[in-house]
Amino acid sequence: MQPTNRSRRILQPVKQWYLYLSLLVAFAMTLIPTGHLPGVPDWLALVLAFWCVREPLRIGLGTGFVFGLLVDVGHGAALGQHALAYVLLAYGANALSRRVLWFSPIEQALHILPLLLLIHVVMVAIRMLAGADFPGWWYFTGSFTAALLWVPLHFVLLLPQFRPTERDDNRPI
Amino acid sequence: MSLIGHNAPPIFKRGPAPTVRLMLYVSAALALLVTDLKFRYLEVMRQAVAVVLYPVERAAATPADVVLNAATYFATLAKVQKENGLLRRQQLRMAEQLMRHDQLAQENSRLRTLLGMRTDLPARSVAADVLYAAHDPFTRKVILDRGSTHGIVLGDAVVDARGVIGQITRIHPIQAEVTLLTDKEQAIPIAVQRNGLRGVVFGAGAGQLELRYLPATADVQPGDTLVTSGLDGLYLPGLPVARVIRVDRDTQAFARIFCLPIGGVEQSTQVLVMGRLELPPPPMSEASAEVSGGAR
Repeated sequence: MQPTNRSRRILQPVKQWYLYLSLLVAFAMTLIPTGHLPGVPDWLALVLAFWCVREPLRIGLGTGFVFGLLVDVGHGAALGQHALAYVLLAYGANALSRRVLWFSPIEQALHILPLLLLIHVVMVAIRMLAGADFPGWWYFTGSFTAALLWVPLHFVLLLPQFRPTERDDNRPI
Repeated sequence: MSLIGHNAPPIFKRGPAPTVRLMLYVSAALALLVTDLKFRYLEVMRQAVAVVLYPVERAAATPADVVLNAATYFATLAKVQKENGLLRRQQLRMAEQLMRHDQLAQENSRLRTLLGMRTDLPARSVAADVLYAAHDPFTRKVILDRGSTHGIVLGDAVVDARGVIGQITRIHPIQAEVTLLTDKEQAIPIAVQRNGLRGVVFGAGAGQLELRYLPATADVQPGDTLVTSGLDGLYLPGLPVARVIRVDRDTQAFARIFCLPIGGVEQSTQVLVMGRLELPPPPMSEASAEVSGGAR
């Protein structure tokens, strides 16, 4: 697989454990107690969307559902709230994967932003139906930060796959 | 497994189509949501997962702890001295009150014995630190560093130096979740200190509370202090809760009464979790003893 479909560089295949390790790290980052600070991205949604785009055959609805339940417990939210949101996100990202990979990382971020906004709208709708207050517009700012982070994330998460096939001790990576 | 929008030939097909799987997962999530929000059946499952997640949560809290500790470390000497002076003055005031309190408590218990009333039950209390505000932006909750192993019980009142700030709504072995008074779902039974009028205070958003279901003619004035009534069997009676700031009698049959919490609901970092000790079983009265004797 290439970094994007227009690139001529062939990447190494991604390792299964690396997929789940990055998801777990992102999950731990969502648990950092930031209170109600505006603009904090939903790290797990971002990484999940990334792998749903890159590896649609491995990471999909099931992964989204399980990690969503974990976030629900970790955040003390309604059980099933993030699960539903991440399932929708995974479906959307899987559906986009064939198209998005033809674009540069910045254009990819523009494709992902509506998805991230959508899952926040879904979560607000669910909780407001259940009788909660509107949390305020700052709640949606995290999606924009997350979309901005897509570009650096694109390089960081693909780093292990940039390794050359044959080992050379004189090369830095 | 086929990709969305691309039908695989039947020989490569694995599992149901993406749309079918989407429907399955969405209905599972909706079922969970309804069970949790409407019936609250899933607390056991939540507890089990929370225990597994605890180390991850502690690890994740470390960066926030470091930032907070650094902030206090660099607090200036002047600020600490000022705080010290303030605390000294406060302690003097408290000492005077405490001296009188002992005497009053004795007098009270004597009078209660004279009247033949049950003596007040002693309260139990656990001091706790607020770890952090819960992530969920739809509610007003904080997490404490004490849990069921330290003797905290579901439903306990949480107070700070000035008044009630919330109630324990979920307990884990070493952590507890407090729903603050300002949460929309939180209610607390109160009495107006001036005249003993009883009512229930609800969270009203924007840091305010609302005293609901009192008729427009009710005797409540701005400036009144509301204290816990203790009728619920959970809170100790007489803890300060809120002060009335605005009474609106024109709208409907019910007055709209807005209050501000007395305790530092969204600011406190050190709190006290207070609960009642278990009530002893009521002594069997002679009449009921005779009835049970007759039945035998």
